[in-house]
Amino acid sequence: MYKYDEFDQSIVDTRVAEFRDQVARRLAGEISEDQFKPLRLMNGLYLQLHAYMLRVAVPYGTLSSRQMRMLAHIARKYDRDYGHFTTRQNIQYNWIKLEDAPDILADLASVEMHAIQTSGNCIRNTTSDQFAGAAADEVTDPRPWAELLRQWSTFHPEFSYLPRKFKIAIVAAEEDRAAIKLHDIGLQLYNNDAGELGFRVFVGGGMGRTPMVAPVIREFLPTGDFLSYLEACLRVYNRYGRRDNIYKARIKILVHELGAAEYARQVEEEWAHVKTLGLDPPPGEFERIAAQFALPAFETGIADTVDRSDPDFAVWLDQNVKAHKQPGYAIVNISLKPVGGIPGDASSAQIDLMADLAETYSFDELRVTHAQNIVLPHVKKADLYTIWQKLVAADLASANLDLISDIIACPGLDYCSLANARSIPVAQKIAKRFEGLDRQRDLGELKLKISGCINACGHHHAGHIGILGVDRKGTENYQLLLGGSGAEDASLGRITGPGFDEDGVVDAIERAIEKYRTLRTDGERFLDTYRRVGMDPFKEAIYG
Amino acid sequence: MKLLTGNNLKTGDVVWWTGSDWSRHIAEAADVDGHGEAIAAAEEAARRVNAPYVIDGEATPTGPRPGHIKDRIRAAGPTVRPDLNIKPADPTAGGWVI
Amino acid sequence: MGNALRFRDDTAHEEPAVTLDAFLGQTNATAVRLESDEDARKLIPQLGQLALIEVAFPKFRDGRGYSAARILREAGYTGELRAAGDVLVDQIPYMRRCGFDSFAPEADIDTDALERALSRYEHVYQKAADGRSPVWALRHG
Repeated sequence: MYKYDEFDQSIVDTRVAEFRDQVARRLAGEISEDQFKPLRLMNGLYLQLHAYMLRVAVPYGTLSSRQMRMLAHIARKYDRDYGHFTTRQNIQYNWIKLEDAPDILADLASVEMHAIQTSGNCIRNTTSDQFAGAAADEVTDPRPWAELLRQWSTFHPEFSYLPRKFKIAIVAAEEDRAAIKLHDIGLQLYNNDAGELGFRVFVGGGMGRTPMVAPVIREFLPTGDFLSYLEACLRVYNRYGRRDNIYKARIKILVHELGAAEYARQVEEEWAHVKTLGLDPPPGEFERIAAQFALPAFETGIADTVDRSDPDFAVWLDQNVKAHKQPGYAIVNISLKPVGGIPGDASSAQIDLMADLAETYSFDELRVTHAQNIVLPHVKKADLYTIWQKLVAADLASANLDLISDIIACPGLDYCSLANARSIPVAQKIAKRFEGLDRQRDLGELKLKISGCINACGHHHAGHIGILGVDRKGTENYQLLLGGSGAEDASLGRITGPGFDEDGVVDAIERAIEKYRTLRTDGERFLDTYRRVGMDPFKEAIYG
Repeated sequence: MKLLTGNNLKTGDVVWWTGSDWSRHIAEAADVDGHGEAIAAAEEAARRVNAPYVIDGEATPTGPRPGHIKDRIRAAGPTVRPDLNIKPADPTAGGWVI
Repeated sequence: MGNALRFRDDTAHEEPAVTLDAFLGQTNATAVRLESDEDARKLIPQLGQLALIEVAFPKFRDGRGYSAARILREAGYTGELRAAGDVLVDQIPYMRRCGFDSFAPEADIDTDALERALSRYEHVYQKAADGRSPVWALRHG
């Protein structure tokens, strides 16, 4: 894992002092709420439905046990004993006092964490593959580049008042576990035919009001130049992105209006200039960072098999444990989606327990996933059964990864001042309706995603089944979408037809799923069947 | 009726204008009639409230009830965590919000 | 420009700034005002004759001027570069990094807060237009 040096620590500590000064000026009346708002937002502090909400950055989703324990401590000391893990691999606290915020940031800085640029029209926390450094299918660990991005984007003097927020995701495998094509910039590391490592660069994806799958704007970008290239991408956007209409201000609109080829041409032209300015750090800086992501000291020659005699354990093993690149090791996914629970929420006791497990069994490392779950990336297969037993005792052993009850849901109208409808109760009703694991496993991979408004924090466009909550004359109403995907086969869901009330949308999903069961061929997921047969049979089943 | 609501500047707590002060309990909220904006501006300038706004509400036997579900959830707390509501474990809360 | 804040040793330029169109049409002006939607690169052929470029910030959220400033400095402009309009105290450190060396904010600036803001960060992560060494250069110096 990356460790701060004196420079990193100095910058983050200074940020705490700066925000303390800004909060003091606000509380003393020296600045108005209008002036304070952009300052607090650039530090992830929102005024939400019930209180202030603080979003803490988890850079590329990677945490140490010590950092995880600090998240539990903050939940206990300053909030109401829980936190909410988000689709951007961050954590949010819902009940923060403004007067406590500087102390919270100081506590975070003591474990090399911060809330810098977790909101605002700036470059946000870079997200990545939750299995980075462990996945059997990656060409390299993408996180050293993500850390370079973190440093480059932190207080970037030119790109802190962009037309709109800016999200970058980076992966290094063919399987896209970070939804890169639905980001402002998506970077995929791969080896070209000559065996050189570089990036495929996607620009202009996104969800929200106008969802778009990002086009490729550069097929191969050598790794050494990538920061100056991104500087050029951002500069073209900062200069020409729309500022007349907040709903058209994301880079996807600029790329769409210019056309991907013309946007790419402008970036190349800018890059030809920017590349001469010496903005790229020397290779030694990448090597310094990469050395800190070296593989842990894995044991070799250990057993690569697992005793499956406990049937409940075997189910969890099949569903939640993934292949590791190191023989004898595995990747454990801890589902934060128990039936009846709130997707992504964890109590301080659960957070502490996950930190303990990581310290004892996973080389001190955890990950947050964009699907709002937690990962122990480096677990010895021999320890899996013990870990599972401890997870069962903490209500963290739901064996539902990637199944219909592993629902992504935004906080919705229960917490969010932008929402039009509640998301969480719908997620809970669906999970309850499909409670039996045998039934869920029979349905196979089925990604269900719920947003409580058009901003799409719950990724409804990218769900095999998506739900969008809307306000219909003061009443919550839910539109149903089918056919989206946030993976390497990215696609946008289509609305089935008229919306439903809360119970109605659960019934409609069940009808669509029963239709799928009658139509599917061997091995077909819901999404595959939908793509093969189209919307009509489902529409008929739903509204028929 | 018209209700005036906002958040406490320091704590972020949801608060309601009672006619003379701010309360966390909507049952104590007063009808601000046509004076909401003026009270809001004065109170915000004095930093006794943050981001105040006026909403429509109705008088009911149990007290004022906001017209929109969003403000009813603000008044009561998240529907999915009744234990965190302003009146925890109030069995009537669900019906009041929805 | 009574409340202009200057970070230059030379004397303030007195000639009023002309619009970009006027400047491109009459080649003897020495001060120009660039609106936020105008292309800074149009000035590059005639940078040598300019002593003042004023960049407009109609709203603090409009960040185009940050790119304009860097483009002008990258092109070798050494004259006064002024940020004018809705310029907030907490933005000035970013603007200084982009090459602005004078400020004409619409609203009064709390000079104590500005002084604290400008001296606060000992280190920066990026190379920009202010000549500060980024931490990667210090690490590998």
